[in-house]
Amino acid sequence: MAEIKVDCIGETCPVPLVEARKALRKAKQGDIVEVTGNHPSSKKEIPMAVRAMGLEVLEIKEEKGTWTIRIRR
Amino acid sequence: MAGKAAIIVHSGDMDKVYSALILGNGALSMGMEASLFFTFWGLQRLKKGGLEKGQLSKMNMFGLGKWMIKRKMKQAKVASLEKLIQDFKELGGKILACDMTMDIMGVKREDLRNDLISDYCGVGTYMNEAKDATITLFI
Repeated sequence: MAEIKVDCIGETCPVPLVEARKALRKAKQGDIVEVTGNHPSSKKEIPMAVRAMGLEVLEIKEEKGTWTIRIRR
Repeated sequence: MAGKAAIIVHSGDMDKVYSALILGNGALSMGMEASLFFTFWGLQRLKKGGLEKGQLSKMNMFGLGKWMIKRKMKQAKVASLEKLIQDFKELGGKILACDMTMDIMGVKREDLRNDLISDYCGVGTYMNEAKDATITLFI
């Protein structure tokens, strides 16, 4: 099981969502994808997309406007 | 996959091509399928070197408005159209080029970005894409 980190700090719509999807496509089943960013809407929309694809959101945390979302492929 | 977006890109205006590509990428990111059918003025954006050439749909002011918006977009770190179209392809999006527009406007295949185009086709192919789409848009 690999852990893939995606840094989207400073990126705006739709880049964090697209980069999250790109990483999930490349990941193998069981891999963890961790996306970090500070675009506010993406914090809501990435988990929305993850659930729409039937995948699992493991954790969402935020500190001083920077959020991290952990997803299991 | 859950759902599908079939979008007609009729306008070649920069802001509308942005809308089409952002929506297409959004659909793919949500785990949907997506296809973009470039026709009429939209097709001009698939010419080699043509992607960023569209003017602003309003307040273009002979290019001044576009320049100002482009500057604001750069400050806001908005992705380029080239990045958006490459991402769209990487996520499995389909780009369809209208062959009737090519005939009318004298556009040849070698004038177009063959690296991006999945198919050269007509209304039948678009309708075939759209008939089972959950989202259809005309931009």
